[in-house]
Amino acid sequence: MSPTTATLDTAAQASLGTPVPRLEARDKVTGTARYAAEQNPPRRAYGWPVPATIAHGRVTAVDTTAALALPGVLAVLTPYDAPRLGPSDDPTLQLLQDTRVPHRGWYVALAVADTLEGARAAAEAVRVGYEAEPHDVTLREGHPGLYTPEEVNGGYPAHREHGDPDAAFAAAPVRVDVRYSVPPLHNHAMEPHAATADWDAGRGHLTVYDSCQGTTVVRTVLAGLFRLPEDRVTVLAEHVGGGFGSKSTPRPHVVLAVMATRRCGRPVTVALPRQHLAACVGHRAPTLHRVRLGARPDGTLTSLTHEVLTHTSRVREFVEQAAVPGRVMYAVRDSRTTHRVAALDVPTPSWMRAPGETPGMYALESAMDELADALGMDPVELRVRNDPATEPDSGRPFSSRHLVECLREGATRFGWTGHRPPLREGPLLIGSGVAAATYPVYIAPAGARAHARPDGSYLVEVNATDIGTGARTVLSQIAADALGVPLDAVTLSLGNSALPPTPVAGGSAGTASWGWAVHDACTALTDRLARHHGPLPDAGLSASADTTQSAKQKPPYARHAFGAHFAEVQADTVTGEVRVRRLLGVFAAGRILNPRTARSQFIGGMVMGLGMALTEHSGLDPAFGDFAERDLAAYHVPVNADVPAVEAHWIDEHDKHLNPMGGKGIGEIGIVGAAAAIGNAVSRATGRRLRELPLTPDRVLAALSVPDTGPV
Amino acid sequence: MKPFAYVRATSLREAADAYAAHPGSRYLAGGTNLVDLMKLGVETPTALIDISRLPLDGITELPDGGLHIGATVRNSDLAADPRVRARYPLLARALLAGASGQLRNVATTGGNLLQRTRCGYFQDPSKPCNKREPGSGCAAREGIHRDHAVLGQSEHCIATHPSDMAVALAALDAEVELYGGPDSSRTVEAAHFHRLPADHPEQDTVIRPGEIITGVRLPAPVPGARSLHRKARDRASYAFALASVAVVLDLDPEDGRVRRCALAFGGLAPRPWRATETEARLTGAAPHPDTVRAAVDAELDRAQPLRDNAYKILLARNLACAAIATLAGTRPGAPATP
Repeated sequence: MSPTTATLDTAAQASLGTPVPRLEARDKVTGTARYAAEQNPPRRAYGWPVPATIAHGRVTAVDTTAALALPGVLAVLTPYDAPRLGPSDDPTLQLLQDTRVPHRGWYVALAVADTLEGARAAAEAVRVGYEAEPHDVTLREGHPGLYTPEEVNGGYPAHREHGDPDAAFAAAPVRVDVRYSVPPLHNHAMEPHAATADWDAGRGHLTVYDSCQGTTVVRTVLAGLFRLPEDRVTVLAEHVGGGFGSKSTPRPHVVLAVMATRRCGRPVTVALPRQHLAACVGHRAPTLHRVRLGARPDGTLTSLTHEVLTHTSRVREFVEQAAVPGRVMYAVRDSRTTHRVAALDVPTPSWMRAPGETPGMYALESAMDELADALGMDPVELRVRNDPATEPDSGRPFSSRHLVECLREGATRFGWTGHRPPLREGPLLIGSGVAAATYPVYIAPAGARAHARPDGSYLVEVNATDIGTGARTVLSQIAADALGVPLDAVTLSLGNSALPPTPVAGGSAGTASWGWAVHDACTALTDRLARHHGPLPDAGLSASADTTQSAKQKPPYARHAFGAHFAEVQADTVTGEVRVRRLLGVFAAGRILNPRTARSQFIGGMVMGLGMALTEHSGLDPAFGDFAERDLAAYHVPVNADVPAVEAHWIDEHDKHLNPMGGKGIGEIGIVGAAAAIGNAVSRATGRRLRELPLTPDRVLAALSVPDTGPV
Repeated sequence: MKPFAYVRATSLREAADAYAAHPGSRYLAGGTNLVDLMKLGVETPTALIDISRLPLDGITELPDGGLHIGATVRNSDLAADPRVRARYPLLARALLAGASGQLRNVATTGGNLLQRTRCGYFQDPSKPCNKREPGSGCAAREGIHRDHAVLGQSEHCIATHPSDMAVALAALDAEVELYGGPDSSRTVEAAHFHRLPADHPEQDTVIRPGEIITGVRLPAPVPGARSLHRKARDRASYAFALASVAVVLDLDPEDGRVRRCALAFGGLAPRPWRATETEARLTGAAPHPDTVRAAVDAELDRAQPLRDNAYKILLARNLACAAIATLAGTRPGAPATP
């Protein structure tokens, strides 16, 4: 590893690298932290949306008579009378603009009343007439609507091909050709989407409290939709209860809240009920994978093909980039990574924690395990054997890549032995599995300001959004170190679109993007203070920074975080129930800025991966066209009893090609590969390969009832 | 909101009178299911008659050595009661396998019995459901029905009853006490408190309009009998049973033969399913794994699975065979083969 050049390492009273507890922890556990729906401006009213009850067609009439006759009802907005919106890049926000119904659950009206209960009752009293057309919500191989898009999410090319993967596969002495299926999944953050919007007609100013992952983009989009100058819109998000990508851009609730406050002249809260979320704030699209791997008997890969089929809605094209990790992971000259998508009458998919990598690495890392089985090789050694010197798709050198170190460190900590046979304890079959993880390094320009006050305290302003990650805490640490002052001398202000523009909390890029701006602003302030003689003026001294130039520079390196997961599972032969006994991850993600919040991010991702492997599933109902699981009793995120000993570790990685803090971003890599490790462990335990997630008791029982055909 | 009246009853008589005075009302105890269904628009009562403060929250000894459980005893209190744990561990285990700690702290014994199915179509008023709206059709039959019934369902309804507690009560030969007025009280076997849907899926139970569950009577435990509850589910806690089994087994200490077996399945049917065929075949028999399996199969042969829930038959067979083997101290036969 190269010696670090990160300037912050030498700060006198370094706060970075220490496990500072969340600064807002007490506010959250005592309930004093205020979320978007808890803002309570005087005369607040409530909006309740009306979801479409057909999957495809159009609205023919909306009868609001009964709803408007209810006590306390202020308005019912319909496609016929809702305010006309300005343009937006995202068609899912063009709400109540026409009578088209592109999927079940699409909003067709909004009831507004002076109480939450009144709004709900009014929404139920709205009578909507429809003209239904046939619908299709079922993705399948051979679907006639499948096409190859120009690009996939993240801006990657949909199709990449090197050499002749088919010929290389045909010539390979050892081959696997396997298909996997990942169902639709839902983010289901703890805090459902909510916004409180307040239009001040006198001042001509719109104030919005929004549960979002970034207020800059919400302000820009709302300004465009409502044809307001951006400086007439303020979006605030001091506390946000999770997002996992479902709040990365504005979602329907905030547009409806603004429509309602403009119509009614009162502040309006639209807090979506959990039952609506499945249809209107995004989901991870289902993916059908075919992976073909060819190898020489020593394990050297000679061919890799990863073909992905997925769905999008008829409203907007979003293509889960699940074949992209195949362009990063392994040294193989002949490869094809490609996506096809079908537009169905489904809700619009969107980002969910590590889009692309999460389902893609489930398939690729499961196939690598199957190849290791076919080779009779330790799956750790198979990955080590194929570790590339440069990024396979681009040929660029890695800024740093320590996957092999993660595998070795994890194998030691876990007690991995390559060919350990499965164990049997009474009715329980026990086995272990391994899988690799990867996630790209993203970064985007941001601005920040720093102020020194005469009393020796500092105010640092950056429009970051802390969605529960610990961003507020880590950014304060970055500021304190750059200023060379103790942490408690710094106050951090965030979650306010009036501050300089910043990117969202997404793509594992928040800390790097915001932190770089904070670092630069504080460094500039330190320089300014050094040049200042005598006491500070009453107004203090300020400095600002904008990283547009530095963050946009494209270094000549491929930049990715890597990791390795090890899982031990038990499968019950009586019930088919699979439980994870141990889950251990080792990550190489640059410098870890706060071990406490970082561990929480890694573990949270791993648990989400556990849910993907064993319990989480959203089923599209072919008859009605909606997701069947619409609450947390039916959509099974793991509960405490499902989560065993989960350990997250990291290796000391120094990468000078990142940003001044030296971190790679850690919000997403914890989920990547976790499901594959668990699935591989289930295969080892049971002697059966299950290729359709989640591994629920019905599927495991069915697999166990087929005679074991020998080693898998 | 949809207006409804709220009446706090201070006596059973007052509660029954209030029910008669408010057609379309519902009794309210813990409210863990009823209030959810009101929010979903599935239940639209004209009045809630709050019986949670009636003096029905005691657990008392019965002269025959059994226990009387008041209707408003909380699920968590019932599971923690030392007498229940010592004499009816099956019931304590079943209770603790249900819902979550927070829900068990609020949910009552009577309310647990009266909870409604969690069928997704029942819970969504925008879709047909004969249980919610008789005559509208059953969307689950051709729709998403992995969690639905394989025994006792009808062409009109394939919903399961979700209670774990009720499965234990059925296996324990418990009785449900009903108050229908000053001169009208009766008891019903727990195993037959819930009814099969047939042509009237809207009626979950044999309860008559206005009747109030006042308590549950547990007969004295069978001396020497052993019991076991086992539930299979999609996650380790806070999930309804895909299938469950409650077994009480009494073996003759002399010859090891079955003197008495009570076996109830959960998650398979619109009610806790007493496996009478299995019980009859095992009574007097030696609990050899092959015998047990044949006896269990005799019951499950009646099952009529749908497209996506046939796995429940194998799951139930495995659960029952493993439970009896555990109680009998025999080695179970190899599970998981059809």
